[in-house]
Amino acid sequence: MKYFLQRLAFYVFTAWAAITLNFFIPRMIPGDPVQALITKYQGQLSSQAIESLYVLFGIDKDRGLWSEYVDYWKQLLSGDLGLSFTFFPTPVSEILSDSLPWTLTLIGVTTVISFVLGTGLGVLAGWRRGSWVDGLLPVTTFLSSIPYFWLGIIAIYLLTGPDSFFPSSGGYDIALEPAWDQWFIPSAIQHSLLPALTILISSVSGWILSMRNMMVTVASEDYITVAHAKGLPERRVALGYAARNALLPNVSGFALSLGFIVGGTLLVEIVFSYPGVGFQLFQALGAQDYPLMQGVFLVITISVLVANLLADVAYLLLDPRTRKEG
Amino acid sequence: MSIPTSSIEQVIPVQGAMAQPAKKARRNNFRFVSNKKAAAGLIILGIYVLLAIIGPWIAPYDPGARGDQLVAPPSADHWMGTTHLGQDVWSQLLVGTRSVMFVGFLAGIVATVLSVLVGVSAGYIGGKTDETLSVFSNVFLVIPALPLIIIITSVLENADDWLIAMVIGLTSWSWNARVLRAQTLSLRRRDFVEASRATGEKTWRIIGFELLPNLTAVIASGFVGTVIFAVLSEITLAFIGVTSNTTWNWGTILFWAQGQQALAQNAWWWFVPAGLAIALLGTALSLINFGIDEFVSPRLRSAGKTKIKTTSGRTVRMRIGFTPVIQKEASRD
Repeated sequence: MKYFLQRLAFYVFTAWAAITLNFFIPRMIPGDPVQALITKYQGQLSSQAIESLYVLFGIDKDRGLWSEYVDYWKQLLSGDLGLSFTFFPTPVSEILSDSLPWTLTLIGVTTVISFVLGTGLGVLAGWRRGSWVDGLLPVTTFLSSIPYFWLGIIAIYLLTGPDSFFPSSGGYDIALEPAWDQWFIPSAIQHSLLPALTILISSVSGWILSMRNMMVTVASEDYITVAHAKGLPERRVALGYAARNALLPNVSGFALSLGFIVGGTLLVEIVFSYPGVGFQLFQALGAQDYPLMQGVFLVITISVLVANLLADVAYLLLDPRTRKEG
Repeated sequence: MSIPTSSIEQVIPVQGAMAQPAKKARRNNFRFVSNKKAAAGLIILGIYVLLAIIGPWIAPYDPGARGDQLVAPPSADHWMGTTHLGQDVWSQLLVGTRSVMFVGFLAGIVATVLSVLVGVSAGYIGGKTDETLSVFSNVFLVIPALPLIIIITSVLENADDWLIAMVIGLTSWSWNARVLRAQTLSLRRRDFVEASRATGEKTWRIIGFELLPNLTAVIASGFVGTVIFAVLSEITLAFIGVTSNTTWNWGTILFWAQGQQALAQNAWWWFVPAGLAIALLGTALSLINFGIDEFVSPRLRSAGKTKIKTTSGRTVRMRIGFTPVIQKEASRD
């Protein structure tokens, strides 16, 4: 428990650091981005919106960096992320709360499936090194090297069309209204199949490879030899001894690579025009919509942080040594 | 026999030096198998490096020059067809290779050096140093690298390849650092490390000669992973149009292909080659990774033939540390 609290405090600190970074990055923009935005949307911005933008991005020479920083936090804590310019005059927080569930569902489900599937296959490939399973490795290596978004493009090219079951873009049938009913949910699932498949195919091979490498390393440990020497069944040695130990780096890898996976999957959303935060980020980039970009960045960061915490809990349960060390 | 070996040493000199020649006799049995993968990877990588150097000179056309044939399929004039402006896709691919390779390797080197410094020292030294370094790397870890890179480069105006490579390298080392730290943590409890500590070895020597050789596979796969990641990031940046589209790389090609409805026009020659080029490069790097992996740790290499058929037709699975003994007619019931 003490260990857990330590980790929690640690992640709170990390969140603070990430938000602070988020505060400084827009201040690297040369010139005065807020002024540029105000000029662009002349007359459409209320004075309150301008004020909020200055707090988020502006360099106000009259005030010190510290008081700007304090204001930034105040504004963040009240949930004000500014107004989006792409979807003027919708607040960024509203856009994010609309698009985040799409991303979380798509990426969450596919990532977990991919991790479980990949780790399982990796155990097999690592343990049966030298058998036919090794023949899969070149294929998985090739697949893991393909950019997510390119695979998405190919999937759209090959599998979608006027008569195809798979829709080529969007998150649901445009004729439907988002709701939890018997028409919307199947439509949403149908639309998510191809993006999910794309993510699964490109990400599963990474897990196979890393788990296989760990299994191979672990399989030559003395305790494995001892386990064999004791005459334990092959299955038990493979799963209870080798896989159990090989899993540890893979679990810690799971959380940290979430950041990478999320980055990659955001692109799948772009290719499929899937209504998640990745697609919003893409639209924000095109319109130089800094408030939305910052908001997307913040939301992704915090989601990954929470996922890290969850993986830490898993690690804690799996590795007794971490519990002992405290 | 030694040619592929020495070329591995040239690519990753540190790892090559660590494989001590004293154990040569035992390794020779498997050297051929292990080098086949590495050699294949190195040959492919060599071709890419060559194209990166000479690509802009041997390109048949100026990649940006407009032509008469618009969105034309591959022909004798244009091996990989043309774009919406009649530009030659093959020339764009050739010219783009240099930028891709440059960014990939520079970012990979930067990130690997940083990750070894941070990860191994954090894992081995422990205590306050570990905490400080872990906080440091976790800040970078938690922040998803690709969105961060996108945000930073979109803020920087006219970022060139050097700047992009540095941004990617400086933001993507933390993954490897954490894996290295976890691995170092488990290594430092081993007997051989405890023994060398007990005999009064200096810390740098324990790290350099006891820990690093055992981490080579992790470091190498980390480097390879980072190069692949850097290549993908650079291409992504170009694909979503964040970086300037004046320098050609494979992402630029995909950016135009996507923006100009190559999919709707069935212009597969426009977007397929660039993606395949990326995937092939990644495959080559991973193959080298396998080669190094098997080269540095002989025990990993027992892959060759683990199953042997005896004269009586039974299959025996060979295992490290065991001498197979075949029982006759015993365990069948």
